[in-house]
Amino acid sequence: MTDFTMPALGADMETGKVVQWCVKPGDTIHSGDVVAVVETHKGAIDVECFLDGVIDNLAPLDTDLPVGAVLATVRGAGVAAVASTAPAAPPAVQPVPTVAASPTIAGGATGVTRAKVSPAARRRAVELGVALDGLHGSGADGAVILADIERTVAPLAHTVKPGARPSPKTGFDPAQMRQAIAAAMGRSKREIPHYYLSSTIDFGAAQTWLEAWNRQREPIDRLLPAVLLLKAAAKALEEVPQLNGFYENDAYRPSPAIHVGWAVALRGGGLVAPALHDANHKTLADLMSALRDLVQRARAGGLRSSELMDPTITVTSLGDRGAESVLGVIYPPQVAIIGFGRVVLRPWVVDGQVVPRPLVTVSLAADHRVSDGHLGGQLLAAIDTALQSPDHL
Amino acid sequence: MNASDIRTLAANVLAGIAPEADLSTVGEQEDLREALDLDSMDFLNFIIGLGQGSGISIPEADYPRLFTLSGLVKYLAR
Repeated sequence: MTDFTMPALGADMETGKVVQWCVKPGDTIHSGDVVAVVETHKGAIDVECFLDGVIDNLAPLDTDLPVGAVLATVRGAGVAAVASTAPAAPPAVQPVPTVAASPTIAGGATGVTRAKVSPAARRRAVELGVALDGLHGSGADGAVILADIERTVAPLAHTVKPGARPSPKTGFDPAQMRQAIAAAMGRSKREIPHYYLSSTIDFGAAQTWLEAWNRQREPIDRLLPAVLLLKAAAKALEEVPQLNGFYENDAYRPSPAIHVGWAVALRGGGLVAPALHDANHKTLADLMSALRDLVQRARAGGLRSSELMDPTITVTSLGDRGAESVLGVIYPPQVAIIGFGRVVLRPWVVDGQVVPRPLVTVSLAADHRVSDGHLGGQLLAAIDTALQSPDHL
Repeated sequence: MNASDIRTLAANVLAGIAPEADLSTVGEQEDLREALDLDSMDFLNFIIGLGQGSGISIPEADYPRLFTLSGLVKYLAR
């Protein structure tokens, strides 16, 4: 029996409220399933449970509970999985070497019998009433992903039709969110000795590449400049691991994975920076659809708990109507934030000639307890280099 | 599509992107992005919606012609 507890959805969360259970007592759940909707100052969040087993003793709805409070119990984590694989591998009649190998085989078999479905896809399928059986998965190792579900209905219905995406409670309280931002940023400014750097980058090569890409495609498949900036930042972080991770309990813990927290401005004020997981490994097209999905859910509701807990760094891009540069405030326990200003057309010297070029100012705010400006400069240089070869992004 | 169909389409698409926006307050020549605080992603979704609703393929180079209500009515009524 394992306790499933109220997760800390960011450094600034103290309590949350379960507003909906997506499971019934006695239901079998699998790691990664969305089991509850929890209301926080960031709106209603889909909370995933990373346990396998039978869920029970669900906490009451609409009650404020502190982070760490028991929300439910999960029975037979691990045990149930072994039991279910037993029939597939009869160890009693097998010679010893086969028995030794059987757990692996049985484990693999279990994975195959249950169709792999991403949490987003599962949720969307439930909303739309789409049966998961027999759906072809196009995700990694054949998992059914959100796109597979969307493909079964009218394309992009959710981005253009109001109210096409029911959610128990989509809004957030702006006053509450302001308070939470104030608390997190106040802590950041008190505890983190920030240093700041910025560079101006020639965005010409990236823009030319982007225009050529978009010219050949319908709007739904087009990319935004933000996606190139995001990918360049994620790839550059591979070279500078000192800026990607967490500072906790007086020690820095670098993260092997690069989960970029993407800052999304919310209508009516407020900000949330949920994770684009493994951004350095995603193609530009995949990043674009992930970004579209993330922005949509940040604003309309349906962010997942892992997306709020996992970011290893924040990236903010001000877009085509924003300011020219931004010096960010680090979101603890992260140790850096990268900022991109609006792309502007300015005089620039190329091969000794002054020519008009699209330029973008990239900035870094980083934690002096972990790194110095010399290292930060390497990150900005790596972003510049990446943006000069957009076909390799 | 006639002008009135186009306006209805634009209103419907925008309602999905900026639910709180009141289109009746937006002037004919006003930049929709400013008036409704649309970011790059919002505007791309707007273009996608207009394209799907009108059946007209809108190249990226033409985006500036759809920044205002009067501009987009003219563009889509071709």
